[in-house]
Parts: sequence; structure tokens; C-alpha cells
Amino acid sequence: MSNLLVLPILIPLCTAVILIFFKEKIRLQRGISAFSGVLNILIAGILVARVHAGGIQTLQMGGWAPPYGIVFVGDMFAVLLVTMASVVSFAILLYSFHSIGEKRERFYYYTFFQFLLVGVYGSFLTGDIFNLFVFFEVMLISSYALISIGGTRLQLRETSKYLLINIVSSTLFVAAVAYLYAAVGTLNMAHLSQRISEAGQGGVLNVIAVLFLIVFSLKAGLFLFFWLPGSYSAPPAAVRALFGALLTKVGLYAIIRTFTLLFVNDLGFTQSWIAWMAAVTMILGGLGAVAYKDIPRILNYNVIISVGFVAFGLAAGTRDALDGTVFYLLHDMLAKGLMFILGGMIISAAGTDRLNSMGGMIKKYPLIGWMFFILTLALVGIPPLSGFAGKVLIIRGALDTGMLTLSLIGLGSSFLVLYSLIKVFRQAFWGNEPENDQPQVNLKWASAVAGGLLVLVIAMGIGAEFVFTYVSQAGEVLASPVQYIEAVMKE
Amino acid sequence: MELVMAVAVGILFTIGVYLILSKSLLRIVLGTSLLTHGVHLLLMTMAGLKKGSAPVLGKSDSYVDPLPQALILTSIVISFGVTAFYFVLAYRSYQALGTDEIDSIKEDKE
Repeated sequence: MSNLLVLPILIPLCTAVILIFFKEKIRLQRGISAFSGVLNILIAGILVARVHAGGIQTLQMGGWAPPYGIVFVGDMFAVLLVTMASVVSFAILLYSFHSIGEKRERFYYYTFFQFLLVGVYGSFLTGDIFNLFVFFEVMLISSYALISIGGTRLQLRETSKYLLINIVSSTLFVAAVAYLYAAVGTLNMAHLSQRISEAGQGGVLNVIAVLFLIVFSLKAGLFLFFWLPGSYSAPPAAVRALFGALLTKVGLYAIIRTFTLLFVNDLGFTQSWIAWMAAVTMILGGLGAVAYKDIPRILNYNVIISVGFVAFGLAAGTRDALDGTVFYLLHDMLAKGLMFILGGMIISAAGTDRLNSMGGMIKKYPLIGWMFFILTLALVGIPPLSGFAGKVLIIRGALDTGMLTLSLIGLGSSFLVLYSLIKVFRQAFWGNEPENDQPQVNLKWASAVAGGLLVLVIAMGIGAEFVFTYVSQAGEVLASPVQYIEAVMKE
Repeated sequence: MELVMAVAVGILFTIGVYLILSKSLLRIVLGTSLLTHGVHLLLMTMAGLKKGSAPVLGKSDSYVDPLPQALILTSIVISFGVTAFYFVLAYRSYQALGTDEIDSIKEDKE
């Protein structure tokens, strides 16, 4: 029992409610959200330390022991993701102070921001599949508001699509939960894992597994990502960063959790599905990234490529590959947040998001240029930056299981990432300046935020050994679900 | 009884999908609403119908499983919220874009 586990959900929830009362006082709103962001990082750090020292932490709501009560479970994987999410969201919060605009701030931007965090942290920490659905919905309904806030034509159109896709996938989610409950009669994840092992995961449970895979893939943008580039391009840069860094990762977390804990008795079947979906995602995402010529779309297709790569790590499924998956997921949250912030800075500096009408920015904004370049190297996986360790572990695990074709696709996707981002770098920072002279934009604050994140990206790469001690503890639980079950069901 | 419910769920899903595939935004909203109702009925049917009295301790020997009811309640509240949001969004789109047909909302950048 550890009451601390509920704090990452309670803090943003209370903050969001308090913020509603200060609609007109924007400075106060910023102060309160920043304070709660710092508090969250601290709590997440304490949680990581506790899990590192004392193993998996659980919290039984109202003292009702599982499988009857609602449980929150913090294993290393979940608390690491909570920590990274709180760091990245804090940076994005700071970035949005000077980029989101007063009009949006007045319309409860920070409130929805905090509610989104409630959903994200809740999805990571819950140990009950129906609560996962509820936290997904909390997260999604705030994301609907964040996409549409501001109400431009483009936003309204894209929100309609995004909303429809997510309502359909949530409907399927409830249907999948209903079938699962009918088949095994429980919803607690640890208990589900036991019952599914007892039942042996026959035909019916495989169908349910695939239904869950479809639902989570829709949310994560794995294979079923057709809605993602359009919807994520509509909102302003800070919201885009939040979505690109956190939302797809929550979907991936759900996929990893269900297919390492629940449906583990017929791995040949489920993993081959995930492997093929990952391959197609990496190829199509890569093609999209090189095909488009506006910054938001190029960055969004990069998100899709990394979703494919994480799923590939899960499909490989060895201990090495799972460690790598966790590492890469953490790196990707950080790097994707930074990527969208830098993308937003480039757009506001150039006054347009079309690559063709940019150029020569390295003279005016050398710092942004070099940060973007280093980040590109990190995303491709050049050592000693943070993308390297995760990629090596995943590829090594995949080669151990003989997935040669997929490894080649994974490595090839890195080239497409490199090509697409260097294309942005070359067009925006090199070449001639466009005719219509843009006034110099003050980006000191945003540069400071981006610089802070970049330091973290570099530190995570150089200190990979240190990060790995925590990551391998997360991979250990993923590789042997028995630990998770014992921690939750112990009495 | 389960059979009747299954047929009802099927009908709700069919109509919901049919409405979602139409052009008008209003019909799409109604379609999603029917779809979620279908899935709530599915949730109820999956747990088995009418097998005992209300789940109050000490009243009878066999109880109805209370869990699906709790799940449906939660799910209904969420779907109400989302439907309300969708209606507001559809109304706002109708005002801003001057049409409620999905196809005629043109691609234009700010």
C-alpha cells in the first residue's frame, strides 16, 4: 500500500479545478500550473525511488483487496513513464506561456491541459482495464477541447474527424471489455492474467486480443494512423507537442501492457500481428515523412515512424528488446516533445509552415538551427545521444529471434527520419532568405525551454548506463508478468 | 431474453453505422449516440440477464452481478458528455463553416 500513487492523478485534478475559478487572471493561472508541474515531477521522482528500492507499489482504493476493489499499480514501467510525462509536459507548459496566445489562455487552456495530464497519468497507473477506459476518456475529452480551442475553420473540421474516430474506437473498447468480462469474469489486470492463463487463451480470447489490439492501435497510431497527420496538424504548436509526446505513447503503453501481461499464452499469434503492423507503420510513416513539404505533417509522420518502432520492439519480445522498448519510449517522449517545440519555433520565426517559402534562418537564429540538428541526430540514433541505446537493444533482441526483415525495415526507417528532418533543416536554415523579409521574433524564452529539454536528451544518452538500471527493472516486470501478478494479488 | 437483446444490439449497431456513414454532421452525431447505446446493451447482455435479486447483502441467496451495471453507468455518463461536446462542436461548425455536410467543408489553410 502506498498512498503516494494517487498523487500524480490528484495534483493535476485539483489544479484543474482551481484554475477554473481564475479565468481572467492569466498570470495567476500560469503560476499555479507551473507550481503543480514542479510538484508532479517531485512526486514522480519519489515514486521512482520507492519502486526502485521496494519493488512494485500498489494502492487499493478503500482497502478493498483485489480482485474486488479498484487498484492502482505502480511498477517501474508505469512510474518511469509518469516521470517522463511530467517532465515533458512541464516543458511544454513553459513553452506555451509565450506561444499559445492570450485568447486561448482565457478559454481554459491550462485547465484542459491539467485534465489531459490526469488522463495520461491515470492510464499509466491504473491496474484495472475498465479504469483504463475511463482514464482514456478523460484524456480524450480534454484533447478534443484542446484541438478545437480557438475555433479556426481548420480546427473545427479536423476536430470533427478526430472526435468521430475516437468515439468509434472507444465504443469498440467497451465492446472488447464486455467480451473479456463475459469470457473470464474479471477486469483486474493481474487477475485477468491469471484467469487467461488458466483458460489457455483459445480462439475466443485471441479474437478479444485482436479487438484490443485494434482499439489501442487506433489510439496509438499503429497501422491505423490515417486520422493522425491531419488532426495533429490543426492545433497550435504547444498542443501539437503535447499530443505528439504523450497521447500516442499512452496508446502504446496500453498495447505493451496488454500484450506483455494479459495475452501472453499465444505469443506466436499476437506478436506476428504486431510485427506486421509495426513494419507497415514504419514504411508508410517514412513515406509520409519524406513526401510532405509542410512542417507539421513531416513531424507528425515522424511520430508515426517511432510508434512503429516501439511496436517492433514489443513484437521482438525478448528481454533485451523489452528493455529497449522501455528505453526508446522514454527517449521518444522527450525527443518528440522537443521536436514539436522546435518545429513551432521555426514556424513562428518564419511566419509560415511551408518549407518552400523558408530559408536562410541560420543567420538570424543560429541557436535554433543547431538545436534542431542535434535533435535530428538524437532521433536517428547517433551515439552518444538518447535514441541510440534503445535502438541498439531493440535491434539486438530482434536479431536474436531471427526477425531480419523487420530489423532492416527498422534501420531503414531511421534513414527516412534522417532524410525528412535534414530536409527541414536544409530548407529552413540554409539557402537564401525569402524575398518578403520577416521581422525578427523574440524566441529567448522558447529557446531556453528547448535548450533545457535538449540537455536532458544529451544527458539521457550519456548517462544511458544510469538510466538503464531503472529501465531494466521495468523490462524485468514486462518479461515476467508473474512479478506483477504477485505484487497485486498478494495478501 | 439474451437472444432478443443480441438482436437489439445488432439493430442498434447497424443503424448507428449507417448513420455514421452519411454526409450530414447531425446524423453522424446521432449515429455515434446509437452506437454507444448498442455497446451498453452488449455490456449488460454479456454478464447474463436476471439471475437473482438486487445485490444487497442478506436479502437473498443469489444476486445479480452488480459490476456490469456500474460499468454501464460510467460508460453512459461518458457517452453523454462526449455526445454533448459533439453537438456543440457540430453547431459551432455549422455557424463557422456555413454547412453541416462533411464533404463540402473545403480544404483551406488559415
